[in-house]
Amino acid sequence: MVGMRRTGYYFTHHKEIITQEYPDNRDTLKLPERFKGEVVMPHDENNEHRCTGCTACELACPNGTIKVVTKFDITPEGKKKKAIDKLVYHLELCTMCNLCIIACPSDAIVMAQTFEHSVFDRAELTKILNNPGSKIMDGVE
Amino acid sequence: MPLTSAFIIPCSLFDILKMWSLNNITGIIHDWLYQTFSPTWALTFEMVIAGVAVIGLFAVLGLILVIMERKVSAWIQIRLGPNRVGPKGMLQSLADTLKLLVKEGLTPGGADKFLFNLAPIIAMIVAMLLMAPIAFAKDFQLWDLNIGVLYVSAVSSIMVISILMAGWASNNKYSLMGAMRSGAQIVSYELSAGLSILSIVVLTGSLNISDIIYSQADGWWIFKGHIPVIISFVIFIIAVTAETNRAPFDLAEAESELTAGFHTEYSGMKFALFFLAEYVNVFIVCAIGATLFLGGWMPFHIGNWEGFNHVMDYIPSSIWFFGKTFFLIFVIMWFRWTFPRLRIDQLLNLEWKYLLPISMFNLLLVTVIAILGWHF
Amino acid sequence: MHLVITLNGETIKKVEPHLGFIHRSIEKMCESLTYRQFIYVTSRMDYLSAHINNQACALCVEKGMQIEVPERAQVIRTIMAELTRIASHELWWGAMAMDIGAFTPFFHAFREREKINDIMEETCGARLTMNYMVPGGVMIDLHPDFQRKVKEFITLFKLKIHEYDELVTGNIIFRNRMKDVGFLSKEDAISYGCSGPAARGSGVSCDIRKLYPYDAYNKVQFEEVIETAGDSLARYMIRIKEMNQSVHIIEQLIDNIPEGDFQAKTKAVLKLPKGEFYTRVETARGELGVYIVSEGATTPYRIKFRSPGFSNLSALDHMARGSKLGDLVAMMGTLDLVIPDIDR
Repeated sequence: MVGMRRTGYYFTHHKEIITQEYPDNRDTLKLPERFKGEVVMPHDENNEHRCTGCTACELACPNGTIKVVTKFDITPEGKKKKAIDKLVYHLELCTMCNLCIIACPSDAIVMAQTFEHSVFDRAELTKILNNPGSKIMDGVE
Repeated sequence: MPLTSAFIIPCSLFDILKMWSLNNITGIIHDWLYQTFSPTWALTFEMVIAGVAVIGLFAVLGLILVIMERKVSAWIQIRLGPNRVGPKGMLQSLADTLKLLVKEGLTPGGADKFLFNLAPIIAMIVAMLLMAPIAFAKDFQLWDLNIGVLYVSAVSSIMVISILMAGWASNNKYSLMGAMRSGAQIVSYELSAGLSILSIVVLTGSLNISDIIYSQADGWWIFKGHIPVIISFVIFIIAVTAETNRAPFDLAEAESELTAGFHTEYSGMKFALFFLAEYVNVFIVCAIGATLFLGGWMPFHIGNWEGFNHVMDYIPSSIWFFGKTFFLIFVIMWFRWTFPRLRIDQLLNLEWKYLLPISMFNLLLVTVIAILGWHF
Repeated sequence: MHLVITLNGETIKKVEPHLGFIHRSIEKMCESLTYRQFIYVTSRMDYLSAHINNQACALCVEKGMQIEVPERAQVIRTIMAELTRIASHELWWGAMAMDIGAFTPFFHAFREREKINDIMEETCGARLTMNYMVPGGVMIDLHPDFQRKVKEFITLFKLKIHEYDELVTGNIIFRNRMKDVGFLSKEDAISYGCSGPAARGSGVSCDIRKLYPYDAYNKVQFEEVIETAGDSLARYMIRIKEMNQSVHIIEQLIDNIPEGDFQAKTKAVLKLPKGEFYTRVETARGELGVYIVSEGATTPYRIKFRSPGFSNLSALDHMARGSKLGDLVAMMGTLDLVIPDIDR
């Protein structure tokens, strides 16, 4: 009987409804800044990133989600310098464990808050994180 | 001037209501048919109209009750409930029905095909037959037979056959268990439901449903009949909840134990028929409860308050009837979304050790009251 | 999981659990992962107390490496573990009531659980498989809002906890369904290796937090909840009371999080010395043991998890014999079986 009073209370008190109408509340939906949605590599306005191609993230990853493809740039002084050609990220393998982010010595990759990852083709989940034609930021070793 | 207009409008509204009350409509149709056709044809047409009306009511009731159940459960569970199809999700059950209509009705390999397909139809027919003696409004009744109450309790017992049939024919362990539980449950709860109905029959002295309603013109039995009638009302509500297989007595379809009980193997429209029959049964038992204990379509009257009684009389009788019925349906839904399920032995203990003795003793009390004329 | 039940009418003759339907060979997977990497896999074991699983693994690696965990990290771990325990018990309460046939409690339980998940999301970045523990501490420092949010949650939880009693515990139907059902004696509980609330319901004192304190548990006052009846109701009551105890622990710690590092300085590559290491923690379901055999490499040679669900499940057949089919669901509810925890 006491239980019926409790349920009756909720029947008449619609203010306590906690349903979130998800696809409709996209505009107001706020995710905390630490939410682990996918790995991204931020670029600045000059199309420069911070990745040195050290492969620390590739080593830290438990699932082989990240593949770093390196190339050798020739610096103006004529020296060879290691840089990334492509940073391949397999979102379909990623478990959002955050280990690559804390492994990265130059803070080149971060977690983004996007979470709507469903696509029709699995190939779309394999992403290349560095923008085409991007180069490493000055002063990042 | 404003005063008079304010007075005229309600009056004309009442007149319109009176003119369009269900009784008048049927009267007009009846007269028109008998004027136009020979009596035989007129009778045939009337029967056809009644049949179509029952089927229509059946479908509409199913839709309304499903959406009502989903909204009630949602609000109790601090949810919003269906809110996509139509205004505030009110067309959700229509969309569900469409979906069920186009789905394939599977018949499992080892099933007894004839019984398997017959079972949902029997469930339907029973529910439809039960519609006959119910008085939906003043003088609006399909069949005012003089043993209305007996008819209702007799026909509703056939329901168990369809459930047993479905469970047996499905050739499935869950279905069989569900059907057996349901059989035991319905057969036992029929007793206390019958005994609590009897207490009203004893007070009224008639099995005729319209007589029972007219006997409540000066007050509903639940008010007139002192505590014994209240007890039998409570027992009636518990027993019919069990009889219609609804939680907390939904052992026949206990989903954590038996998947879906007797209708595990059903799909598409055959499942929908069971589903519909369950809801219509809930409506019917609530309608009977409202008729016997809450005065059917009789308006609410308080003693000598003439003015108050007069206002109450203006509310159409069909609204009174449906209001009471839906109140009882709401109570039963409230039960369902609050209480956990009983175990099978506790269920039978409750009936045979508590409800049946109580209702028998209660019947005795009611009889004493009726003989000595202690009721109002 | 698949339960093969031999029935005589409604009475249970025998229950045979068939396991392995979601076996993912987590133990074998861990052998190819380094000591930093393998922790995240254990979140997928008992996903309802993922935090505590991670904690157990981190503790075992720390024991092997003899890493001194900073005090701040210890306290954070303890608070997180207790929050996880409350969340797990909330979900259990809802699911249990659903097994018994009441649907509404499930949603009411999720209302509070959602608050915990929000706290977790804010600090750890995920709601269920947090992967917040690393050997030597925790991954990131607490979110600035953490303390305020937790205090808000505690206030809310104390306002709502009485609803649980109103809705379910006090219900006469519920009490009849639970009382004297699934009896497990003290001796049987010990011989079947039960742990956690399943064993404490039979009067066995087995709370690892109390007996072998780890992290910050020796700094807080709390009671080990023990009931002696041994039936389903006793196991139910223990979990309800444990939620209150967890709140009590959090209350003691939340205002006293010491300043300092949240992570000890560790080497980039962890290599456990040759040997065998075993630690155990109290998850929401019972005792979780982590056993690592190391050959001195960067990956473990062998890992064994002693999961509470598996041992608790083994007692099910003994408990269920002779009772009704409907009781079996109630018993499984009170054992709080999490299938990935059993199968791993």
